[in-house]
Amino acid sequence: MTSSITFEKAIKRLEEIVKELESGDIEIEKALTIFEEGTKLSKICAKKLLNIEKRIEILKKGEKGEDILELFQGIDEE
Amino acid sequence: MKIESISEKRNVYSIAELTKKIKFILEENFSNIWVQGEISNCRKATSGHIYFTLKDEAAVIKAVLFRGYQRAVRFELADGLNVIVHGSVDVFDKRGEYQIIVDLIEPVGLGALQLAFEQLKEKLQKEGLFDESHKKQIPAFPDTIGVITSPTGAALRDILNVVERRYKGIRVIIYPVLVQGEGAAEEIADAIKKANLRGDADVLIVGRGGGSIEDLWPFNEEIVARAIYHSEKPIISAVGHEIDYTISDFVADLRAPTPSAAAELVVKNKQELLKRSKELSMRLYSSLERMISQKKEKASYYSAELLLRRINALINEKNLILDDVSRSLSNQIEACLTKNRGRFEKAVGQLNALSPLNTLARGFAIISKLPENKPVFSISDVNKGDEIKTRLKDGVLSSRIHQIIENT
Repeated sequence: MTSSITFEKAIKRLEEIVKELESGDIEIEKALTIFEEGTKLSKICAKKLLNIEKRIEILKKGEKGEDILELFQGIDEE
Repeated sequence: MKIESISEKRNVYSIAELTKKIKFILEENFSNIWVQGEISNCRKATSGHIYFTLKDEAAVIKAVLFRGYQRAVRFELADGLNVIVHGSVDVFDKRGEYQIIVDLIEPVGLGALQLAFEQLKEKLQKEGLFDESHKKQIPAFPDTIGVITSPTGAALRDILNVVERRYKGIRVIIYPVLVQGEGAAEEIADAIKKANLRGDADVLIVGRGGGSIEDLWPFNEEIVARAIYHSEKPIISAVGHEIDYTISDFVADLRAPTPSAAAELVVKNKQELLKRSKELSMRLYSSLERMISQKKEKASYYSAELLLRRINALINEKNLILDDVSRSLSNQIEACLTKNRGRFEKAVGQLNALSPLNTLARGFAIISKLPENKPVFSISDVNKGDEIKTRLKDGVLSSRIHQIIENT
């Protein structure tokens, strides 16, 4: 499953699909197609929400001045 | 007094000597002075020095602010500003002129920073940097949040606390920058550009914790304002406390009163999100079910028998009314009615044309599944072995399905 789509986009599209289906004003073939899309999106949303891995990163400069993302180790209070 | 006696006491200065004396007197007595007046004829020379005159109701004096001293003056010099300047009087021998060499300027009334703030605010507003139409929508459920702030500051701590409390699954990328002092504005502006280039965050929070107006100053700098304006990623500005307003707040797509509040706007409660996506999934399933049952109902409504029955009922009803009316009305009205009857009959004809029975006459068939006589629209409506009824223009065939072949 591609989860390159953001949660925001997934849930927005899911809302659109539900609205369209609820309006009833739609061909049955199209309804089935977007229904299928909707089930995929709802799975993506659930998967994203269940991911509880903490990901706080900080952008640092590498030796050659290149950007590197490092896991953030917490704040050293000054 | 006779002219001779004056000439006898003559002491003739050369211009240089006189000027030297004047220069000595003026520069000795008027160094390190404060003068208040209104700026006029203000102009910046190509050398970078700023020349202006200070005036009040009675007099004017020339003044110059050399380029090297301009960094200390935060606001823009402009005609009409009432200021207090510090400096020394200088005599320019070659021109026989004197002027004040200014090394410090303060506006009268407002503080210098306040004035600079107002000036920049007005300038950027005129340019349209605060226009509502340019503001971008803040994503309600971003996957990744970029935070442009000090990696050791209170703002970051507050933001991470909100993340910890609400939803640990969200990704946070910290773009560490200085948030006060020399070079801070440039770093903030660069980080905004970098975040846009990298494109890894869906929304950016730019800010810092509370502090004095000097501490917050980078967020009032033009370079930061322009970087925010040109950002393609939506930006929430979160500078200081609720009462602190900065230029960044006006340019940003959204102003949050504090860094915590900024985080709360984009880090949604995980439970809420779960509830919301569950609810949507449920609606998804029920809407499809409801739609299918509606379509079925509609299909049976238009089945051949029903339609025919409805048409006949309609015709009978109209005929009854017509008979009734025509019997009771005068000839004249009857003539009018005849005309209407023509229209009515035409309508009935049109209705007949729509009848599925006419379609049958053209060689099409209506198929229904027995025993419930349910109309068949698709191969998925029947199974192998089902008994079906095929209605043609002149009769009915009854048959059993022995093979189902799907269109490829």
